[in-house]
Amino acid sequence: MNKEALKNLLYRMADDSLIIAHRNSEWTGLGPILEEDIAFSSIAQDKLGHALALYSLLHELGEADPDIIAFTRNEKQFFCAQLVEYPIGEYDFSLVRHFLFDTAEKIRYELLQQSSYEPLAKLAKKVSSEIKYHTFHAETWIKQLGSNGNEESKARIQSALNDVYPIAFSLFEKTSFEDAIVADGIFVGEETLQLRWVERVTSIVTASGLTLPSADYSVHYGGRNHYHTEYLQPLLDEMTVVFQIDPSAEW
Amino acid sequence: MNKQTIESLDPRISRAQLPTEVDHIPQYEVLDQFVTYEVFQQQKSGGHFIHVGSVHAPNEEIALLFAKEQYGRRGKSVGMWIAPTNAIVSIPEEDVDMFDATPEKKYREVGAYMVRNRVEQYKKDNRNE
Repeated sequence: MNKEALKNLLYRMADDSLIIAHRNSEWTGLGPILEEDIAFSSIAQDKLGHALALYSLLHELGEADPDIIAFTRNEKQFFCAQLVEYPIGEYDFSLVRHFLFDTAEKIRYELLQQSSYEPLAKLAKKVSSEIKYHTFHAETWIKQLGSNGNEESKARIQSALNDVYPIAFSLFEKTSFEDAIVADGIFVGEETLQLRWVERVTSIVTASGLTLPSADYSVHYGGRNHYHTEYLQPLLDEMTVVFQIDPSAEW
Repeated sequence: MNKQTIESLDPRISRAQLPTEVDHIPQYEVLDQFVTYEVFQQQKSGGHFIHVGSVHAPNEEIALLFAKEQYGRRGKSVGMWIAPTNAIVSIPEEDVDMFDATPEKKYREVGAYMVRNRVEQYKKDNRNE
């Protein structure tokens, strides 16, 4: 098995989880209503758990300790897609991003249950039940604010979809390891994932009385190859501020 | 007007540039509030559903969504029910004295069953078999 290719996939997934976890946790205490605040924060915490599990797999493959990987790299060393980097915006933006991101996560982990790298296949099975709630949460809100909502909620979700949908394709940007990943059976590949994602997203959006904008897939590419938005480094500075006070502290 | 903004240890609050002083607190129109739903959790398959609390929600779907996270994210759950709070019928508070039983009715309590002694005896006799 091509170890470098495997690590590349794990880094992309782990960094996506870490950064979306941090972004979504920015709503903690500021969410629209108490129960939703708790649910969204809980989902963010799950994502952090997924990041830890993936960094632990990387650690087993010879990479540094998970805390070191998470808290000591700069933006040029990150593999996350640009989708997860954008600031939280208003709640409609965050909800729609959560919907598009988690729909992709759900399909990715379903497909990874067949991975030739057994520890990853095992992890994929384990996290699938949590992600089921994440997509249930996202889809319930899209439907609620779409076809079950009022003019304002529908207009806001539609406008957020128009903004976020094109950016979401950044999730499926390939790296130079793509062929090796597919050839070794580590993952069926970004193309298959993207096809299934478009199908699933289209069916939910349509059922919610909303429409998808047209999207030029590659405009938001870059993240997988370390070209990030201007928002990532400030996020990393803020996320690591406590760690940087004393990187050798025992927690 | 050059007003000071709140500097907080929480960077999100500092970023929001909230004024340190407000001249008046705006009065908002009172909006409709969400109704509440009571939540019942089942911890073991076949076990009773036990009331664990309530959630605010605009409808049943969202109530289930919230109930799962509010009450199901810690510990084990195998089932969950919700019911609109206003569907719960209860004994009026002024009538709860109906529950006060007279103390002389020991025969109604399980401890008074004569069979208990025989059960204890049976257990004792069969302990070492």
